[in-house]
Amino acid sequence: MKIDRRSFLSLGIGAGAGIALTPLPWKLADDSSIWTQMWPWTPVPARGEATYVNSACSLCPGSCGISVRKIDERAVKIEGMEGHPVNDGGVCPIGIAGLQLLYGQTRVKTPLKRVGKRGEGKWQKISWDEAISEVSSNLAELRKSGNPQSLACISGSGRYGTVSGLFQRFMTAFGSPNFMSVPSFVDGYSMALKQMHGIDSIPGFDFENSDFILSFGSGIIDGWGAPVRMFKANANMKGKIVQIEPRLSNTAAKADKWIPIKPGTEAALALGLAHVIIKKSLYNKDFISKHSFGFDDMTGTDGKKVKGFKSLVMEKYTPASVARITDTSAEMIEELAVSFAKASSPLAVCGRGKGTAQGSLDEYIAVHALNALLGRVNTKGGVWAVEQPNYISWPYPDMDKIAEKGFASARIDGAGTDEFPLAGQLAHRFVNAVADAGRKEIPVEALLIEGANPLHQFSDTKAVKKAFSKIKFIASFSSYMDDSAQFADIILPNHCYLERYEDIPAPAGLQKPVIGISRPVVAPKYNTLHSGDAIIRIAKALGDKIESSFSWDSYEACLQATFREAWSKLDSVGFLINQKYGAPGWDQFETESKLFEFISSADGAKTGRDKDEIVNIADIEGKGDKKYNLTLISYDSIRLASGSVGNTPFMIKAVADTILKENDIFVEINPKTAKDAGVKEGAKAVLTTPKGSANVRVHLFEGIVPGVIAMPRGLGHTGDDKYLSGKGVNVHDLIGPVEDPASGLDAAWGIRAKLAKA
Amino acid sequence: MSTQDDKAEAVSGEAVESCKTCKDDGSGGVVFLFFIIGLMISLVFGWVVFPKILYSGKKQPFDFNHVVHNEVVDDGCESCHFFRDDGTYAGVPKLAQCVDCHEEVQGETEDEAIFVRDYVSKNREVPWLIYSKQPDCVFFSHVAHVKTAGMDCVTCHGDIGESTSLKVYEKNIITGYSRDIWGKNMIGLKKNTYDRMKMDDCAECHVKEGVKQSSVQTKKGACFVCHK
Ligand code: SF4
Repeated sequence: MKIDRRSFLSLGIGAGAGIALTPLPWKLADDSSIWTQMWPWTPVPARGEATYVNSACSLCPGSCGISVRKIDERAVKIEGMEGHPVNDGGVCPIGIAGLQLLYGQTRVKTPLKRVGKRGEGKWQKISWDEAISEVSSNLAELRKSGNPQSLACISGSGRYGTVSGLFQRFMTAFGSPNFMSVPSFVDGYSMALKQMHGIDSIPGFDFENSDFILSFGSGIIDGWGAPVRMFKANANMKGKIVQIEPRLSNTAAKADKWIPIKPGTEAALALGLAHVIIKKSLYNKDFISKHSFGFDDMTGTDGKKVKGFKSLVMEKYTPASVARITDTSAEMIEELAVSFAKASSPLAVCGRGKGTAQGSLDEYIAVHALNALLGRVNTKGGVWAVEQPNYISWPYPDMDKIAEKGFASARIDGAGTDEFPLAGQLAHRFVNAVADAGRKEIPVEALLIEGANPLHQFSDTKAVKKAFSKIKFIASFSSYMDDSAQFADIILPNHCYLERYEDIPAPAGLQKPVIGISRPVVAPKYNTLHSGDAIIRIAKALGDKIESSFSWDSYEACLQATFREAWSKLDSVGFLINQKYGAPGWDQFETESKLFEFISSADGAKTGRDKDEIVNIADIEGKGDKKYNLTLISYDSIRLASGSVGNTPFMIKAVADTILKENDIFVEINPKTAKDAGVKEGAKAVLTTPKGSANVRVHLFEGIVPGVIAMPRGLGHTGDDKYLSGKGVNVHDLIGPVEDPASGLDAAWGIRAKLAKA
Repeated sequence: MSTQDDKAEAVSGEAVESCKTCKDDGSGGVVFLFFIIGLMISLVFGWVVFPKILYSGKKQPFDFNHVVHNEVVDDGCESCHFFRDDGTYAGVPKLAQCVDCHEEVQGETEDEAIFVRDYVSKNREVPWLIYSKQPDCVFFSHVAHVKTAGMDCVTCHGDIGESTSLKVYEKNIITGYSRDIWGKNMIGLKKNTYDRMKMDDCAECHVKEGVKQSSVQTKKGACFVCHK
C-alpha cells in the first residue's frame, strides 16, 4: 500500500464531491447574496409607529409651517404643513434637510467654557448651574462698576417674538439699550414706511393678487421673503414678472423679462419709470390728489418754495439720463413704464437677493413711491404697511437706578439718536464703534449672541472679529458650533429648533399677520437648555429688580402666559392668523399730514436728506480708486443657507460645481471681463477688494454684466462640521458696510474689486 | 472522417497502450479509500459541522411565556401584536404596553425580575431578537395578509403562541438573520407552512392562492410585488 500524490488528489476529489452533496455550497451562495444585498452597516430606517408633529421652521425668515414625520421617537422626515397660510404643504430644500441639524455633528451637547485662547477650540464641559453663574457673575460686574450699558446683545430669533423679547427685556432691566437684531431688508423698508405712511409697520406684498411684478433685484425664487410662499406665488402667477438686476439669477431666468442693469442704480431706474408715468399722465389721480402729500411743489412754513416729487423727478430723471446712469436704454424705460402702469394690478418690490442686507433708505423710498404713484399701496395686489405683531403685553420691566441710568445712555450704534432718528439698529456702526475704540474706551465689555452668527453674517468679518476680540466676555447661546460660538468664552447651547417651543411671528413679506409656533418634535437629545429658560435663569441669578422682571418659572410658562386664551389654539393648530385682515386702505396714514407723503411734511425731521434730491445713495467702497477696475456683488441661491445656520451636509452636496468644487469657490464673470483679465474658465485667481483678498476660481457666465464679479453668499464658514467648514469664501470677508447718509443703514450692495491670475 | 478525428483516435489508442504497461501495485484501493475518506469528511463537515458554525446560538434578554400571557388577554395574538389605526403592524410590543401590568414584579421567576430591574425601572426597551425578521429589501404588509387575506398568525409563525419559553435565537453569522427564515432543515425541506420563510415560500403561497401578480402601488409585476 503506497500513499502517493494520487491518494491526496483523490482525497480532494472525494471531499469536493462530498461537499457538493451537502447543503454547504448552496447555503453559502444564498447567504452571501443576502449579505451583499443587505450590507449590515447600511443604515435601515427603524420600524415603529408613524406620527406627525406640527411645528414651524425657523431656519430663515420665511417661517413655514412644517409637519415632521416620526417613527417612534425619531424624526425621519420634514414636510410642509398642509393648510398653513405661508407655505400650504410646501417646503424648501434647506427646510427638508433640517433633520441634519438635529442629528448632525455640529451640535453643542453641553455648556462649554473656553479654556484655550479665543477661537482655539479648547473647551471644558461645565454644568448648567456653573454656566448660569459664570454668566451672571460676569454681568454683575458691569452693574457693580455702574456700566450696565456696556453689555450688548445680538439677537437672530424672530423679531417681535418672545425669545428676542425676553433678551430685549433682559437688556432693559439690566440697564443697556444696546440690543440689536440681525440686519434685514425689512429694516430699510420699515423705515421708508415710517417716513411715508407715518406708522411703525412691516412691509407685506400681496403677490397673489398682482398681475405685474416689477422686481428690483429681489430673488423671488432665490429665497427672498418667505421663500416657499414666493415659489408658489411665482408658479401660480398669471401675469408678468420683470426682473431688474445685473446678474441672470434663477429669478431673472424664469422671469418674463430680465433687465440687466448697472449694479446699484435700481433707485434711479425706479424714478426714471416714475418720470415716464408722470409725463404720460398714467398715475393714479385719485390717490395722488386725495391721499398724498408732496407730489406737487409746496410753500414751506418759512414761505420758501419746496419742490415736490413731481418736479424733482421730471427734472432729474428723464429716460435719457436714467438710461445713462443705469446702462439701459431710454426706449426700454419708456416701454417698461407704460406696460407697468397699464397693468391692472402692478406691484414693484425691492430688497436684493434674499433680502438679508439692510440697503439704502432712498432705494426703498424710490420703489415705494413708484408703487404709490399708481395707487398700489395698502391696496389689493399692492404693498401694505402691515401692523407689527404686538401680542407681547408684558408689564414694563422693573428698573433700578443703575438700570435707568444705563438704559438712558445713547446707543453705541447711534440708532434713534438725532443723527439717525428713524433707525432702530445699526449693526455695522456697532461693530465699527467697538473695533475702532482705543484700549481704554471700549464701549462694550460683554456680549450675548442669541440665534445669530455675526462672525459670518455681518459684513466685513475682519472688523467684526477685531471688535469681538476687544470684548472681554462673549456668551453664545447657539445650538451649533458655528463661527461665532467658536469665538465665544462660554456657550450655553439652546435646544435645536426641532426640540423646542418658540413663537415665530411675521413671516417676511407676508401681507397677513401670521404667528407660527415651533413645537418640540422630539425630546432634547443633549444637555441643552432653551435660551428663553437660560435668560430667565440668568436674570434670576442676578437678583435685584432684574429678577422681579422675570417672574415666570420657565420659558414655556412665559409663552403660555403671553398668548393667554389663544395659546391652546396656537399649540393645536400650529399658527394664528387674522383671516379678516385685508388691505389697510388709503385712510391709514399717520404722518403729520395724515396722507401718504412723497416728501416728508414733518418740520425738523432730520433725515439727512438733501431737499433737492430724492435719492442720495452712497457710493460703494473703493469707488474712484484706479486700482480697482471691477465691481464685486454678492448673490443668493436657494441652495445656500445664508442665515445664522449654514448649509447642512445634504445641502452642500446640492450646490452646483460651478459654485463650489471641493473647497474652491467660483466667482462669476462675463467672458469679456475674463478676456481682459486674462483668465479662462476654471482658472485660479486672486480677488482683491479694499477689505481683503481671497483665492477663487473663475466661472465664465454670459448672464452677468461685464465689469461685475458675482460671488455666492453663505460659504466660507470656519465653524460647524467638516462638510461646511473651510468650503469656499465668505463674501462678507470682502465686502464692508457703507453708511447710507439718509438713515445710517448699511447700504452696501457691493464693493470695487480687482481680479488677478493666481 | 476528418483528420482531427483520426488524431483523437490515435491519442486514445496510446492511452490504452500505456495503461497496459502500468503495474497493479494496489494503489487503486488506496486511492479509492482516500476518496471515500475525503467524501466522508466533507459530508460530516457539510451536514454536521457547517450548520453549527453557521449559526451561533443567541439567547433572548430573558425568557417569555406566551401561554401565560395568552390566558390573560382577550384578543389572542392581536392583544399585544396589534395593528395601528393606520394599518401598520406594531410587531413586538414596546415597553409601554408591558408596564401596565409589569410596573411591579409579577410572580417569582428570575426572568420577571430581570425584566423589571433592567428594563421597566430603567425605562429601557427590551432588545428582543426577532425570529421572523426579514431583510429590508422586501416590502411585507401584515395587514394585507392578516386582515385582507384572512390568514392566521400560525401559517407563517407556527405555534409560537403556545410556547411556554422562547427558543434559542440561531443567528446566521453571515447574514445576521434567524435560522427560522431558511428553516431548520438544511436543504430546505419543510413539512409545515411555517417551517421556512424564504422568498420561494412566499411565492409558492401567492401562486397557490392566486394573488394578483403585480404590485398594487407600482402596477409592476413579478419581483416588484414585494421588492418595491
Ligand atoms: S423657506 Fe425658510 S422657513 Fe420655509 S422651510 Fe425653507 S428654510 Fe424653513
